[in-house]
Amino acid sequence: MIGLGHYLTVAAFLFTIGIFGIFLNRKNVIVILMSIELMLLAVNINLVAFSSFMGELSGQIFALFVLTVAAGEAAIGLAIVVVYFRNRGTIAVEDASVMKG
Amino acid sequence: MALQAFFFYLFSFVTVAAGVMVITARNPVHAVLWLILAFFNAAGLFVLLGAEFLAMILVVVYVGAVAVLFLFVVMMLDVDFAALRAGFVQNAPLGALIGAVFLVELVLVVGLRFAGGAVQSTGPAPAPAVGSTMTNTEAIGAVLYKAPFVFYLEVAGLILLVAMIGAIVLTLRHKDGVKRQSISAQNARTPATAIDIVKVPSGTSTVPGKTRERA
Repeated sequence: MIGLGHYLTVAAFLFTIGIFGIFLNRKNVIVILMSIELMLLAVNINLVAFSSFMGELSGQIFALFVLTVAAGEAAIGLAIVVVYFRNRGTIAVEDASVMKG
Repeated sequence: MALQAFFFYLFSFVTVAAGVMVITARNPVHAVLWLILAFFNAAGLFVLLGAEFLAMILVVVYVGAVAVLFLFVVMMLDVDFAALRAGFVQNAPLGALIGAVFLVELVLVVGLRFAGGAVQSTGPAPAPAVGSTMTNTEAIGAVLYKAPFVFYLEVAGLILLVAMIGAIVLTLRHKDGVKRQSISAQNARTPATAIDIVKVPSGTSTVPGKTRERA
């Protein structure tokens, strides 16, 4: 019998993979964005699992809003990456230190 | 039930494995393709949970729009991705340590605590009762456009509008040396600035524009 704990464990694994991906690809901002997408997906699995097991649709509606914000975040983030690459010729995160005091 | 368990383990295993491949793939294009696989299998998990609408949204919006956007950007940027992987191995132990601590904590706190059965809802949007003919999409639509959630829906629309305008403003590039229409200059033209009336005495000639500078 698959319970709520099973789904939460999968989401925990996925969230941890996202965090690990940020550590692993510290220089490549595109893979960092993909790791953030993985973490948001884990959060969505949590929300939908709770929604399903508690008989309450609010979780699914919140997952819908998380999807909306994630789509906007990906669009803006990738636009910033494109502009940054156009100006600097690289997307290495460590080069983004112009504002460093 | 056994079939449900089989599909749960299939979908969750492929999702987690694809997630691992996303962060370890050498080629970012492959990473995006693994991300698409992860999204597809997460949509399968959503279907198992009875959230068909979100599953379809995940496939259409995430695989169809966001992942393809990633794919476009990765292919458009001419970056030496091998150079960006420098320090990949040095960062791994610290990341693995923090990740392992985080995972153990999450599984202990969340996974075990909620291993029990279902809880009854007392919230503002109870799901349709078991055996009801209402589909998931219908049930979401019945609560999404009502008082507590419709405000958030409008704010979500505003966020998407701001994201669209922001992305356009960020990436729009004005090139020099391109002839463009100047609508204000066109509207500001009057007969006085546009026409020269020249009296030409008979038997002579005149050069246009000599009497005054043309606008």
